[in-house]
Amino acid sequence: MSILVVTEQRGGAWNRMSFETLAAAQQFEKPVHAAVIGTGIETLAQELAGYQLEAVHAVSHPLLEHYTADGYSLALRQLIEKVSPELVLFPHTYQVRDFAPKLATSLNRVLVSDVVARHGDVFVRQLFQGKINADIRFTGEPPFFASLQAGAWRADQTVAGSAPVVPFTPELKPEQIRVKPLDIFREAERAVDLGAAEIIVSVGRGIKEADNLPVVQKLAEVLGAEMAASRPICDNGWMPMERQVGSSGQTVAPKMYIAVGISGAIQHLVGMKGSRTIVAINRDPEAPIFEVADYGIVGDLFEVVPALIEEIRKVK
Amino acid sequence: MMKIVVVIKQVPARDSFLRVDPGGAWIQESDLNYEINEPDAYALEAGLQLKEKSGGEVVVVSTGPARVASTIREALAKGADRAIHIEQEDVAGAGPLATARVIASALETEKPDLILTGLQSDDFGYGQTGVILAELMGLPHATIIMNVEVNGASLRLKRELENGYFQHVEMPLPALLTMQSGSNKLRYATLMGIKKAKTKEVRTIAGVQPEGAGTSIRIERVYMPGSSKQSQIFDGPPREAAAKLVEKLKFEARVL
Repeated sequence: MSILVVTEQRGGAWNRMSFETLAAAQQFEKPVHAAVIGTGIETLAQELAGYQLEAVHAVSHPLLEHYTADGYSLALRQLIEKVSPELVLFPHTYQVRDFAPKLATSLNRVLVSDVVARHGDVFVRQLFQGKINADIRFTGEPPFFASLQAGAWRADQTVAGSAPVVPFTPELKPEQIRVKPLDIFREAERAVDLGAAEIIVSVGRGIKEADNLPVVQKLAEVLGAEMAASRPICDNGWMPMERQVGSSGQTVAPKMYIAVGISGAIQHLVGMKGSRTIVAINRDPEAPIFEVADYGIVGDLFEVVPALIEEIRKVK
Repeated sequence: MMKIVVVIKQVPARDSFLRVDPGGAWIQESDLNYEINEPDAYALEAGLQLKEKSGGEVVVVSTGPARVASTIREALAKGADRAIHIEQEDVAGAGPLATARVIASALETEKPDLILTGLQSDDFGYGQTGVILAELMGLPHATIIMNVEVNGASLRLKRELENGYFQHVEMPLPALLTMQSGSNKLRYATLMGIKKAKTKEVRTIAGVQPEGAGTSIRIERVYMPGSSKQSQIFDGPPREAAAKLVEKLKFEARVL
């Protein structure tokens, strides 16, 4: 089965998830093709040429300077027609979520999104916010499309080699690009670098109200930890956005991550599952957070956290 | 005056305790409670706010079995003007392309200026139905939208990117947007709204799969995920559980 890996870059910098997808493809099957899209991508294409690949397709056109769903899907559709891969793999990034379903639909196919594992012909993805797994099989004729979840394969397992760079210029017209991309910005400079914290205490929906936050803040104080939160807490304005952990916030890997009242939606897990020791406190024994936890307590956080503070004080 | 279509989905309530069928074909649905998919609630809120600002109509569209009627009523009570219920039994097996095809054919005669939906569903989480619908209807789209401004026949949007970044984009109407959760405050239905909803139009149509649906994907089996780690989970009295945990953290993980 021939594979085409669609990598992701912005302004000449890689999205590192591209290499997880590359590593996965190399483990799946041969031959593996890789594509890099944009303008001024020669250096990036040369870098890809240092991996064990059949070819690196440098997809370039002035209309691809900035990402648009229209430009990317039209260009990739033409590349797919040229290369005829049986499987097209993407990293499951926000950008891929924006264009890959459109691309697959234009070829009358369905993308299997956010895949966490592959066994033979079966791709595994999570349902119900990670509470249930599903084995999914493609039906009908290739090409098949799948995007891979962050961290599901390891970028350091790519195999080096050498591959030719093949330039590819798709046919694109300005009127085909309907969305006009403007400035990319951050709301506020980050005052907090959670990445440097040794211990993080993170709070989620289980806290119920902003007034209850001191319960968890006390735990952070006792441990000398930084406070963080899952998305809903920051959306509610209970904690500043800069303390959000997850795909739309920061990615952290401290010595210890204590998740309090966090169920563990995929978007949160990708931001913290690399932590060395993960502790989860949640009343729902089925919460997905327990799947990545080293230690956990099933119970009411309003009872468990004060008890935990007391026990920590005894040993510190 | 804009015609805004909001595509919503009914999903099992967030805190549902899920069980898999003995055969692993699907989950046991009999004793579940259902609610509106959270990102779709934000799409509805955005639609209602746009209507309040610039006038127009909000039409709610949902696919699913008879139970979906309660979620549709709730949307009408919050202020949507009318609804289309595409009745379909096997939503589970349909997949995002088939679902989007059914919605697209129901919207053929509606000709909306703007279609809004949530960025993903809390049940399947494909995160694709909106984008596929846009492609099938030949509309431009943008995903993970935090804020919508309408300027005449075009939109100015704030899109969420990864790692705390955002991007402004502009696009012409008609268009489709998938909305992020949390960007607005959700309204509650008022008593007056609930009363009014009873008289609002709900058109029920049969969800018919168009011919030549093409290749798709098949869910072969569902199951509870195994733990990826050797987790040590403590329960029982909080004090005892906390003591056991602290001992492990100090002497086994050595993080205290």
